[in-house]
Amino acid sequence: MVLDSSPILDRTFHALAHPARRSILRQLSDGECTLSELAAPLRMSFPAASKHVRVLERAKLVRRRVVGRTHICRAQDKPLADANQWLGEYRRNWERNFLRLDALLDQMKAEARDKKTGNPER
Amino acid sequence: MQRTNPLKITTPTDLDIVITRALDAPRHLVWKAMTSPELIRRWLFLPPGWTMSRCEEDVRVGGSYRWEWAGPDGKVAMAMGGVYREVVEHARLVRTEKFEFGGQPQSGEQVGTLEFIEQRGGTLVKISVAYPSREARDAALASGMEQGMAAGYDKLEAMLASGDVA
Repeated sequence: MVLDSSPILDRTFHALAHPARRSILRQLSDGECTLSELAAPLRMSFPAASKHVRVLERAKLVRRRVVGRTHICRAQDKPLADANQWLGEYRRNWERNFLRLDALLDQMKAEARDKKTGNPER
Repeated sequence: MQRTNPLKITTPTDLDIVITRALDAPRHLVWKAMTSPELIRRWLFLPPGWTMSRCEEDVRVGGSYRWEWAGPDGKVAMAMGGVYREVVEHARLVRTEKFEFGGQPQSGEQVGTLEFIEQRGGTLVKISVAYPSREARDAALASGMEQGMAAGYDKLEAMLASGDVA
């Protein structure tokens, strides 16, 4: 379910798996860039850079608009805005883990006590 | 009703996540609960309808561990595993972590450190995970969101509702 219903996560993983795409995102964190500006430091052809940007677009990490013959790219704000929400859910999952640990440890402590006092197993 | 100890999550640098939580139990019991396969199964996150299809632990330096989860269709959909690098019984564990989603392994791996710190009759657990990149760390935080959404409501609530609290 986590996997099957998580195409967004899959795309994010895939999009971030390439150093060129991470570099593009870093560049875009300072503001909009044209595709040529993105391609130059990567020593890449325009079509090669365009392909990487397309992967980032699919993961909704980058948006591209075309003005005449210029492709202008910008980082999407939403994944950043989601950061707090990510942390929130991550926290809830760990809180639940620890609540279950609390219950388990209470039981283990009781069992250890029973063993010491010779009470029969419950 | 007993007061719940607060959980603290921090991201001290761009590359890590640190979780701390006090537990009202001695170190050796916390250690046991977090390193024995049959006990890990009783607290580790599991969405409703899922099973932990495999949980193996070989807790010694160079030993490996492997956790697998199967979805409602019975197929293994998510896995995590790695190798223990440091083992100080009842005190400290360092292990590598690599996730797999649908048989597709994560490109890098992270290093998790578990510390069990004695305090006021209980134990402070500190979990630090160091990721290879900021993107990888943020993706891990994102996976928490995905799981939360997928789970809908959590196992604990279901357990409380059914009165099945061991």
